[in-house]
Amino acid sequence: MSGADTGMEAGAAAAAPVPSTEAATAALLALGDDALLEHLQRAAIDYFLQTANPANGLVADTTREGSPCSIAVVGFALSAYTIAIERGWLARDEALARSLAVLRFFRDSEQGEAPLATGHRGFYYHFLDMHSGRRMWQSELSMIDTALLLAGALTAASYFTADTAPERELRAIVDALYRRVDWCWAQGGEATLRQGWKPESGFLNYGWDGYNEGLILYVLALGSPTHAIDPGHYAAWTATYQWENLYDIDFLYAGPLFIHQFSHAWIDFRGIRDAFMREKRCDYFENSRRATEVQREYARRNPLAFRGYAGDCWGLTACDGPSDPPAALATTRLRLFGYAARGVPYGPDDGSIGGWAPLASLPFAPELVLRTTRTMLQRYPEILPKQQFASSFNPSLAAADGPAWVSVGHFGLDQGIVSLMIENQRSGLVWRLMRGCPAIRRGLQRAGFRGGWL
Amino acid sequence: MADPAATAERAPLRPSAPDDASERERLASLRPPDWRNPQPQPRYDLVVVGGGTTGTVAALAAARAGAKVALVERHLLGGNCLNTGCIPSKALIRTSRLYAEMRDAERYGAQVPADIRVDFAAVMGRMRAIRARLSRICSAADLAAAGIDVFFGLGRFTGPDSLQVGATPLRFRKALIATGARPDTPPIPGLVAAGYCTNASIFDLTALPPRLLVIGGGPLGCEMAQAFCRFGAHTTIVQHWPLFLPREERDAAQILSAALAHDGIAVRLNTQVVRVREEGGQKLADLVSDDYHSTIAVDAILTGTGRVPSVEGLGLEAAGVAYDATRGVHVDDFLRTGNPRIYAAGDVCLEDKFNDTADASARIAVCNALQGGRERLSALVTTWCTYTDPEIAHVGIYVRQARAQGIPVKTYTILMHDVDRAVADSEEAGFVKIHVREGSDHILGATIVARHAGEMINEITLAMRSGIGLCALGRVMHPYPTQAEAITKAAEACTRALGGSAITPRWRRWLHGVGWTGGE
Repeated sequence: MSGADTGMEAGAAAAAPVPSTEAATAALLALGDDALLEHLQRAAIDYFLQTANPANGLVADTTREGSPCSIAVVGFALSAYTIAIERGWLARDEALARSLAVLRFFRDSEQGEAPLATGHRGFYYHFLDMHSGRRMWQSELSMIDTALLLAGALTAASYFTADTAPERELRAIVDALYRRVDWCWAQGGEATLRQGWKPESGFLNYGWDGYNEGLILYVLALGSPTHAIDPGHYAAWTATYQWENLYDIDFLYAGPLFIHQFSHAWIDFRGIRDAFMREKRCDYFENSRRATEVQREYARRNPLAFRGYAGDCWGLTACDGPSDPPAALATTRLRLFGYAARGVPYGPDDGSIGGWAPLASLPFAPELVLRTTRTMLQRYPEILPKQQFASSFNPSLAAADGPAWVSVGHFGLDQGIVSLMIENQRSGLVWRLMRGCPAIRRGLQRAGFRGGWL
Repeated sequence: MADPAATAERAPLRPSAPDDASERERLASLRPPDWRNPQPQPRYDLVVVGGGTTGTVAALAAARAGAKVALVERHLLGGNCLNTGCIPSKALIRTSRLYAEMRDAERYGAQVPADIRVDFAAVMGRMRAIRARLSRICSAADLAAAGIDVFFGLGRFTGPDSLQVGATPLRFRKALIATGARPDTPPIPGLVAAGYCTNASIFDLTALPPRLLVIGGGPLGCEMAQAFCRFGAHTTIVQHWPLFLPREERDAAQILSAALAHDGIAVRLNTQVVRVREEGGQKLADLVSDDYHSTIAVDAILTGTGRVPSVEGLGLEAAGVAYDATRGVHVDDFLRTGNPRIYAAGDVCLEDKFNDTADASARIAVCNALQGGRERLSALVTTWCTYTDPEIAHVGIYVRQARAQGIPVKTYTILMHDVDRAVADSEEAGFVKIHVREGSDHILGATIVARHAGEMINEITLAMRSGIGLCALGRVMHPYPTQAEAITKAAEACTRALGGSAITPRWRRWLHGVGWTGGE
């Protein structure tokens, strides 16, 4: 793997020699589609087994040295464990133990305004110390990441339905955690939900308007049995949507691809529509399919002339990226963005592509996604170290004919969304579990969704 | 006979800009040193208070219609637009664009000049020459020649149909308040003591500040931050909101953020300046963004945090005109104040403090005041432009406004990178977004982000003003290639979306009505 990154991958020094990434990727590409997906999915789910702290169940944000836990990654892990059971990759008891460990941690950890607490008003800080579980990096109390954590917890509660003491305990904890979240407080006195809060400065002042990954946050906030927000607040949020005809494609605009994926990891939006989608004669699932087309059209045009972009090489999304140009390209005027929510068509765009991002849209456009994924792996086999997708790669930052710049290590969010979306395409497991989740149903109905499976 | 008191009470005339030929010419035009106020008429059809864009447009329109008109100006004719706003800023922006293009020459397949040096004195000299040049066409002498009695001095209402300029009483049938607005000073501790510029003083600078802090990410702040950065000042722009130009489309503001950062400006969004102090000959500004505190050192500070209406000292109480310090003079949709004899127009009463809107409001006010018109401000198709690079121009309403009004809205977006001429010009940043009522081609508004957005928006404004649908614009032949082709492309996309032909719903209804069934 090439790269100018200074990041260190945990345990890299001690890793045993492995076949070259290029050779391993080439071997994968020889497989048929089903086998390829099976392989990629299992490798992605391995991330959670490799990076969880067995003592408290917390899961690392990345594989990099000193990485904190990301609560959203825990949400993906809780869902991935159920997939791993069904696929025979993890014993039910072990998955249950892992899930219980982390849910007990969230139940018992400190809530309050103390700067190093784990959470406040039922929400949790974005990043936690992997061992103590206390707030790290002065991160924000994150509404959306708490929602992703709870989505995972509700998936687990929908899966572990046996009438046994541990599974009853799991369901009780999840119920308590969900009931504890004060969604109304998270509005900060405004019509829409805030993105975050800090004890030092209060609610964050970020504009979080327009269609975004917060759809599942609103569904959970509307479905709460204890602190539900009013449907009017959902309407206030959707009033900020932009319905655009872009590259001759009608869609609900959001630039980064992950926005069109994250809520869909848990909620099956096929055929159900809220008032906005009824007006547009579309649904959020179809919209995410169109988002892949927009990505493809942008990459085909490649207006900023980055190396590698093509109709079958795209994926502008929230991902890692280079921060400093390599020495060989020191004279370049290219602005680099590091970790950023890259998007089309308005950017930011520095030539970095999330190699995993198309695959996370697999259910929306299977044929296009598989073709794109295969093409990218063929051209840039270095993007799949240890058979797990790196967070991003950047072919423009490479010496002539050399490998692309590749982000060091692996990121839990990337592995999580890939794990769940491959499963939703293969069996629909997570969607099926959440279709039966009362909180999700209630939240969707209060948001005005009707039709289809609702 | 002239009023000696009016001459005596003149405000200080001499700006601090260099006393060069341009400045002398400008002053000679806009407030001649030897000007003597005319003998007033017994009663004027219209007295205009304020000689900026709004006031002069109104006075000329009224005079041309045969009215007896007096114009009262406290300071300089031309107002903010000519003296401290639109014109001088655009002059600087043009030069700054040239410097940016020189540095970016490789992008155009040209050589970057070996030695790019900014001669700030020359930049400002050109700006002053342009200001002087344009002052010739709105001079006091020209206004007088048009039949307008021009009075210099502070106008103060003394009753519902009278005012006084110095000791000179003026009686009117109708009056128009057009006193404009002045820069707001943000309440930042230490700012006044440390010293700062506004748009009223930045054009008097004689040396480029090596380090500049711009407070406020509105149109003025963004334009000047970019221009001064391109002249070589290390520029930091601090904006309290998460995006620049908060009222504009989010995507437009994001493109602008990227453009400013590309120029090398330190962009500090979601940040407040909480304190300023002078220390060791430099100004230190304390910044806070959520829980992150920092301090930056600069040589000059420009504030662009808004404008407040100029309503003080006008005797509005005596005239029975309601006002407040924030909204300014209270007017109805016909621009009439609480006193039916008195109207207001421009920045002193409008929320949109733009020259274009001020100009249009002046014409409405004159029509309504003198000609018994019933023209409504709300019927205006308002348009404006922020002259950053790329420019951001807007007309009509925004998507969020349409949705708040329950109007189903759809946006046709054409990226400038899909426009041949923009590609040929290496000016691909930006877009044309045209908002229509869903299922129709009825244009609700548009935003254009492009190198020449201010020129391009006019076609859409014309269509809206004339009730022309978007599809019809697709049938208008345009020279090829031009960047305005983006509008044609949006029109074509709309036509395709409405059924693959240029037949709009209105046409469909008509065709249905006459029994035509084929073709579609």
